[in-house]
Amino acid sequence: MSFITRGFSGRSRDRDPRLPPGQTLVDDWPVLSAGATPRIDTEEWSFRIVDETGAKHEWNWDELLALGVEDLTLDIHCVTHWTKLDMPWRGVSLDKLFEDVESQHDYVMAHSYGGYTTNLALEDLLDGKAWIATEADGEPLSPEHGGPARLLVPHLYFWKSAKWIRGLVMQPRDDPGFWEQNGYHLHGDPWLEERYW
Amino acid sequence: MRVADRLAAHRTGWHVGEVVAAAMETPLSRRIELEVPTWPGNEAGAHLDIRLTAPDGYQASRAYSLASSGPGTHVTLVVDRMEYGEVSPFLVDELAVGDRIELHGPLGAFFIWRPPMTGTAPAAPMPVQLIGAGSGVVPLFAMVDAHAHAGDATEFRLLYSVRDPEHVFFRAELEAAARDCPGPLRLDLLYTRQGPEGWPAPIGRITRERLAELAIPPADDPTIFLCGPTPFVEMVAMWLVELGHAPERIRAERFGGAA
Ligand SMILES: Cc1cc2nc3c(=O)[nH]c(=O)nc-3n(C[C@H](O)[C@H](O)[C@H](O)COP(=O)(O)OP(=O)(O)OC[C@H]3O[C@@H](n4cnc5c(N)ncnc54)[C@H](O)[C@@H]3O)c2cc1C
Repeated sequence: MSFITRGFSGRSRDRDPRLPPGQTLVDDWPVLSAGATPRIDTEEWSFRIVDETGAKHEWNWDELLALGVEDLTLDIHCVTHWTKLDMPWRGVSLDKLFEDVESQHDYVMAHSYGGYTTNLALEDLLDGKAWIATEADGEPLSPEHGGPARLLVPHLYFWKSAKWIRGLVMQPRDDPGFWEQNGYHLHGDPWLEERYW
Repeated sequence: MRVADRLAAHRTGWHVGEVVAAAMETPLSRRIELEVPTWPGNEAGAHLDIRLTAPDGYQASRAYSLASSGPGTHVTLVVDRMEYGEVSPFLVDELAVGDRIELHGPLGAFFIWRPPMTGTAPAAPMPVQLIGAGSGVVPLFAMVDAHAHAGDATEFRLLYSVRDPEHVFFRAELEAAARDCPGPLRLDLLYTRQGPEGWPAPIGRITRERLAELAIPPADDPTIFLCGPTPFVEMVAMWLVELGHAPERIRAERFGGAA
């Protein structure tokens, strides 16, 4: 249903094919959060995965890093229409964290320090698709950007890469998290423009 | 609420809006009035996405807050012209009355103020502190306006950081609301570069001390809506928490800019 906007020419025509529809390239790194930025020390930080029996798999900061940190170069896409390409990241693959987790459930709710939640399918988290990230652009993640650690799921819009990540709780259905209850799409594929309901 | 019900309640969708009026709001910003026949109405604080299409199919989208709220099909935006920007200079300089643009919305269900329900037992009074900088005042204005129209008795304060008197958005409406609206509003203007002649308060960027002095104290447990350029929002949100406001009482919308 799109039509030409009278008088609009736009900026550049050499659109990078890595830009999903409706996205604009940025060099800086904008911030999307809904409230105040929590500040958590790595000394107090821990991450856990909780299954349907209530059993917890838990890691503190050093235990997380001991699982093996990978260097990555990724494109990230925010629902507010910006994309950043070729961004250096460091993080621990969720495949490592899920190695000993047994569950019949196909979905998780990601919980963050500060109380925010977002829902994800295991399918979008395993097989080299997601990480617990601790560094970006060659530096430890700053609190505004979700430090000390955030989930990193680069193939989905970036609100799914929960900042200040604290844990994942297995769930039987794809129940919506905080962002999704507030109008964001349940899945969030940038190539399908799954921004909002 | 069930997902399907929420979906129906949101009624977010694509719309075509026609510009019915446009006028410079300040030397750098423009108020744009759109008639959107299919608009489902929106709550105070919501935003929409604008999508522009060039003749060769190239598209650009940006988010803009709604200065208007309620059930009507008339929608008001105020756009600040960002030097070297792609979309805002087009909206401020080029878009003309009679032009049609594509809109997606209404969006956002968290950065929203609703008048307390009438007809139910009065809830504990929850004062509202609005804090905005620059164009960040747009969704806050929608809340002030909704509050005034509801004749709601909730205590409202707006702390508005702006460079100088010329650049104040909604000046007439805000002053009228502070003076004689049935819902109480205290308007605190904080000029960062220059104030009016004889302005009694200090000129300059917000500090933690000014914030503590002007904002509703944590003991009164205000709901806080904070909006503006990202560095402003980050700084003020951190101070609010340091001053003793509960993080979950702070709702923030970050418009962009280097963090
Ligand atoms: C939810 C939401 C609501 C918004 N509501 C409004 C509104 O009511 N009125 C309004 O004028 N704008 C609003 N904005 C900002 C708007 O979406 C655009 O970012 C802005 O108009 C700039 O777009 P542009 O295409 O002109 O600039 P671009 O070409 O996108 O950017 C040019 C440069 O400016 C930087 N930049 C972008 N935004 C800002 C900013 N706010 N402060 C400092 N630097 C910035 C970019 O990073 C880039 O480097 C809102 C943003 C969000 C996320």
